[in-house]
Amino acid sequence: MNVFTKASLALPCVLMTLPVHAQEALSLDERVNQTFAEITGPFVSLIFAPLPGTSFPWIVMWLVVAATVFTLYFSFVQLRFFSHAISLVKGDYSDPKDAGEVSHFQALATALSGTVGLGNIAGVAVAVGIGGPGATFWMILAGLLGMASKFTECTLGVKYRNEYEDGSVSGGPMYYLSKGFAERGLPGGKILAVLFSIFCILGALGGGNMFQANQAHAQIAGIVGDYPGWITGLVFAAVVFAVIVGGIKSIARVTEKVVPFMGVLYVGAALIIILVNYDKIGWAFGQIFEGAFTGLGVAGGFVGALIQGFKRAAFSNEAGVGSAAIAHSAVRTKEPITEGFVSLLEPLIDTVVICTMTALVIIISGQLISDPETGLYVLDGGAIATVDGNSGVALTSAAFGSAIGWFPYLLALAVILFAFSTMISWSYYGLKAWTYLFGEGKGSELTFKIIFCIFIVIGAAASLGPVIDFSDAAIFAMAVVNITGLYFLMSIVRAELKSYSDRLATGEIRKFAH
Amino acid sequence: MTTTLVIGLDGQETGDRALAFAKDLASTIKDCELLVAYVIEWSPYSFQTAEENALRHGRKEAEISTAHERIVDPAVKALTEAGLNARGVVRHGDVADTLNQICEENGGQQIIVCRASAGGFAKRIFGSSTANLVMSATVPVTVIA
Repeated sequence: MNVFTKASLALPCVLMTLPVHAQEALSLDERVNQTFAEITGPFVSLIFAPLPGTSFPWIVMWLVVAATVFTLYFSFVQLRFFSHAISLVKGDYSDPKDAGEVSHFQALATALSGTVGLGNIAGVAVAVGIGGPGATFWMILAGLLGMASKFTECTLGVKYRNEYEDGSVSGGPMYYLSKGFAERGLPGGKILAVLFSIFCILGALGGGNMFQANQAHAQIAGIVGDYPGWITGLVFAAVVFAVIVGGIKSIARVTEKVVPFMGVLYVGAALIIILVNYDKIGWAFGQIFEGAFTGLGVAGGFVGALIQGFKRAAFSNEAGVGSAAIAHSAVRTKEPITEGFVSLLEPLIDTVVICTMTALVIIISGQLISDPETGLYVLDGGAIATVDGNSGVALTSAAFGSAIGWFPYLLALAVILFAFSTMISWSYYGLKAWTYLFGEGKGSELTFKIIFCIFIVIGAAASLGPVIDFSDAAIFAMAVVNITGLYFLMSIVRAELKSYSDRLATGEIRKFAH
Repeated sequence: MTTTLVIGLDGQETGDRALAFAKDLASTIKDCELLVAYVIEWSPYSFQTAEENALRHGRKEAEISTAHERIVDPAVKALTEAGLNARGVVRHGDVADTLNQICEENGGQQIIVCRASAGGFAKRIFGSSTANLVMSATVPVTVIA
């Protein structure tokens, strides 16, 4: 029995002993929550430590600077190659002989199913609820800049993926960090790859798992009434277990087909609400722009709005985090950079379009309470006071419900399906990181999958605070390693970009007749 | 000049009738090549999980191999044993478009298919592959009842 198997067996034992150490009067949920907060606290504090002499978390600056550097380094690739990215997704440049392989559209859709979800529903509500409407402006800006980060990592993800004899592929930061650094003769690539894998596993268990389970439980409890979170956790864990361990692919397939439908329905409902309140659209954008630079009374002023906007954008579209590079690496293409172009659409769809829709509905529906005399938002603790005291997904639900009475029920279903879909995606990302560290093999894979299911129960039982903090911390920790590597490897992407651009200009690369 | 006839199979028993018709027609034409085609329905715009994507290339190869083994190769063998010139091809894609594409690539003069077995709601919404082929093919299509 190796050390990892021992660790996986020890984990359930630790969980079983939690009640012994907790106070007798606390419920199981509270005990899990308290212990969870104590364990993850130092890690969260380190990741979100402010820059010296400021209240600005260094990690947010890290992401913004990286996205700006990539945008400038690739001369605004997100604008120059936007229409080309659309052509690639349409299949204009796909060789008909590759029919049956993973298309650009499929790789993009799969990556989106891992990112579009609770971040767009609950995460935006958190951003707007704390940072005010102004957070939306910074969220959009982060989304636009993040397109360049996504382009960089996904190009490398395809270029340095592993292709095995059985036809399967494995790609992602752990592969381009180790292989790319070695190719450039740089030391430390392997260490970064290992570090990334560790953080990816934590991210898979945090944002890709516990946060999803937690918000799904909150949504269900909001409709059927309060009940212990571990019950939701157990049900979710059983279904996820059936899919990732039991191999019941039909559940995953149904979800993968229903989720895009839910996404379209969600955006459609948001559009209807916005259009019905067309007279408030100008006012809402006014709030967004004014709030972006003044804060409109939110905690921390405009810096508070900026921090919330950037944090939620990063958590929603995962640009610079490295997870998308794992999802996009399965595409069939002879030109790795084409998947980079396609991937830059992801933050645009996820953040610039869907997140903005959610924010507009929350603002327009008047859920955020402001003082009519000063025009500033009224604070309740650190967040803006809301009509029914809602936050997170409940705030979004109330905003949609104020316009379409039955929508909260549909939203509850959407949240559950989004949560499930994201869990399935992140179980794969985590598994890839796990197998990179511990090797491929049924025993190793089963160990990770069992741990993943246990964390679903913990996530559903813990309260939002510790879960969302740990989710953020784990996801952002991935970005620390990934972006460090991207700085060293971005010249490789630029060489690819120049070669591709030249061949595109001379007509060597051209559309196929379909 | 050799006449090329493309026979589209769908893995159903009705395919035997299409093969029998093609065999008779080829015997009449004499200098004729029979191209047995099987198209695995596939769309580049479908939704898949990350794991399915990672395994896709291997699965594609397996699907082609299985189609050859179970459907195309036995049909080609039967035609060859009957003294006819035959070969097989398996592709992924939209059935109607791909059959027509195979025919064009190989200079085919006619496509022979059996009547589609699909029906019901899906047929009403999307039309059957056979109907789509008849509507879009660039060569004559014979549909065997």
